[in-house]
Amino acid sequence: MKLNKTLLALAISTLFLSACSDTDEKDASLTDGSQNTSSGIDDASTSGLNKGPGMTGSEMGGSGANGGAGKGDYASTLGPEFNDPNNPLSKRTIYFMLDSSEVLPDFVPVVAAHAQYLIANPAQRIALEGNADERGSREYNIALGEQRAKSVASMMKVQGVSESQLDIVSYGEEKPAAFGSDEAAWEQNRRVELGYQAR
Amino acid sequence: MVFFRRILLIVLFGFNLPISHAAPLTIEITEGVESAVSIAVVPFASQSAPVNISAVVNADLARSGFFKMMAEQGMPGMPTTIAAVNYNEWQAVGQNYLVIGQVGDAGGGQYNVQFQLLDVYKSGQLLGYRMTSSAADLRRTAHHISDLIFEKLTGKKGVFSGRIAYITTNNQGSKQQSHQLQVADADGFNPQTVASSVEPLMSPAWSPDGKKVAYVSFERKSAAIYVQTLATGERTRVAEFPGINGAPAWSPDGSRLALTLSKDGSPDIYVLNLATRSLNKLTKSFAIDTEPSWAPDGSSIVFTSDRGGKPQIYSVSSQGGQEKRLTFSGDYNARASFSPDGKSIVMVHGNGNDYRIAVMELASRSINVLTGGRSDESPSFAPNGTMILYASKKGNTGFLSAVSLDGKMQQKMVFNSGEVREPAWAP
Repeated sequence: MKLNKTLLALAISTLFLSACSDTDEKDASLTDGSQNTSSGIDDASTSGLNKGPGMTGSEMGGSGANGGAGKGDYASTLGPEFNDPNNPLSKRTIYFMLDSSEVLPDFVPVVAAHAQYLIANPAQRIALEGNADERGSREYNIALGEQRAKSVASMMKVQGVSESQLDIVSYGEEKPAAFGSDEAAWEQNRRVELGYQAR
Repeated sequence: MVFFRRILLIVLFGFNLPISHAAPLTIEITEGVESAVSIAVVPFASQSAPVNISAVVNADLARSGFFKMMAEQGMPGMPTTIAAVNYNEWQAVGQNYLVIGQVGDAGGGQYNVQFQLLDVYKSGQLLGYRMTSSAADLRRTAHHISDLIFEKLTGKKGVFSGRIAYITTNNQGSKQQSHQLQVADADGFNPQTVASSVEPLMSPAWSPDGKKVAYVSFERKSAAIYVQTLATGERTRVAEFPGINGAPAWSPDGSRLALTLSKDGSPDIYVLNLATRSLNKLTKSFAIDTEPSWAPDGSSIVFTSDRGGKPQIYSVSSQGGQEKRLTFSGDYNARASFSPDGKSIVMVHGNGNDYRIAVMELASRSINVLTGGRSDESPSFAPNGTMILYASKKGNTGFLSAVSLDGKMQQKMVFNSGEVREPAWAP
């Protein structure tokens, strides 16, 4: 199938080139073109452009399906304390100031509560997902998101959480919680999400 | 030579496409320039060709910022052959150059396209070509005509038949997003998805030969860097260390990738040899070091670092060694890359809440801010160094823009679906 397509394409390009050589008004340029035929066909033999997206698509589709299980949903199966608005465990997002990875005083009790839970449940793992607002460059924001996640991680480790319970990933500005280009959206996006994972 | 090779590739390209998704988009010139060089592209004589070749050529040349294009209404005549041209008439309306042409149906879905570039004052032909194109390739043929005219008149290579890569995101606003890495013509037409994922894709970078793209994918729920051959779709995962795997940048010889890894703690710049897979750590600060980009001669790498408190641009030998700060003006300078001649860098330049595209000449350190948006990012030089492509945002719509090096010519490519970002101009 692919071979047939390649042959067809080659036939067409040969046709094209010969058509060119018959009619081009500028002989010098035309000769250049003809001389280049062989190298052109070398390039052309790697012609499976339609194969690419198909192959990649299925591969990525697979991993996407696996990844699709929502970590937030899992947390709701953990226990009633995670859904009690008066319990700090119900808060699973830590917010930050602009260009800062310092955990604000308001969120220290939240981080501490999750740390205590993790210490009491040493088989439990969580993902610390660092995020940034849209301002500035994307790769720098990846680094900033990671700093935020690491700052939550180190606070938990100081309290005794094992490093093996913590997975750190940064999405930078790639996974905004709020869309929009104003402070209201930005402050919701400068965050670390605590994702409880299946044991 | 390059011209004919590309034409050949394009023929194959066209025939292997499963479905060519039409590109519903608009290009608007948001800021024009009064160029001294005036040129009239007379509508070509055309027998029901599906593409208006002369209109595409006219739009290309207009976008370049080098020419003052003549509107059709002001033309003293519509000649399509050299015999029909009255040079005095065109002199009288102040035109320096004239482009005329014809498109003829050659049968079997093929078209004969011919054009001539005429010098009005010398009353003679500067350039003339006749070529054959399939219906599907007429747009590309038009871009090649633009390249030939541009090079003849400016001495610089045209970039109209080049390609760009960029990332798009659909279903903005909903939880489930889909991210695509696309490759399109330089004017945004004929987009093709070369990779897609429900998790973010980032930072596409063309190999120097234009055959591969390196990019970051989160498809396995953490960052990894892939190198994908565009012709086959085959790809290799070249970096998947704990932490950040980001910002791939090809060495000018294509043998190495500079990248950002945080496996040892803070993000640092590394150079990965693609053949041996050996890693050389270039920077060792405790701060953020990221966004490497190679000088065209391969001798040095510029990168972003916040070691001084705020992100600024630094430079280091590509072998490693003493690092040198390059930017001192503005409270945020990031994502630098070199101009093709190596004399300037383009970067994101932030002051207060505004992030704009700026060019800094390395010898004088003088900074020229080219754009006026609030959230402009990811600048990429055209291979001939005359324009810079970047991503911009207004409200929730992300779009691509191009600006001439003097900032006088601005244009906007608006895609109808989702957000478009991180453009990279193919070499």
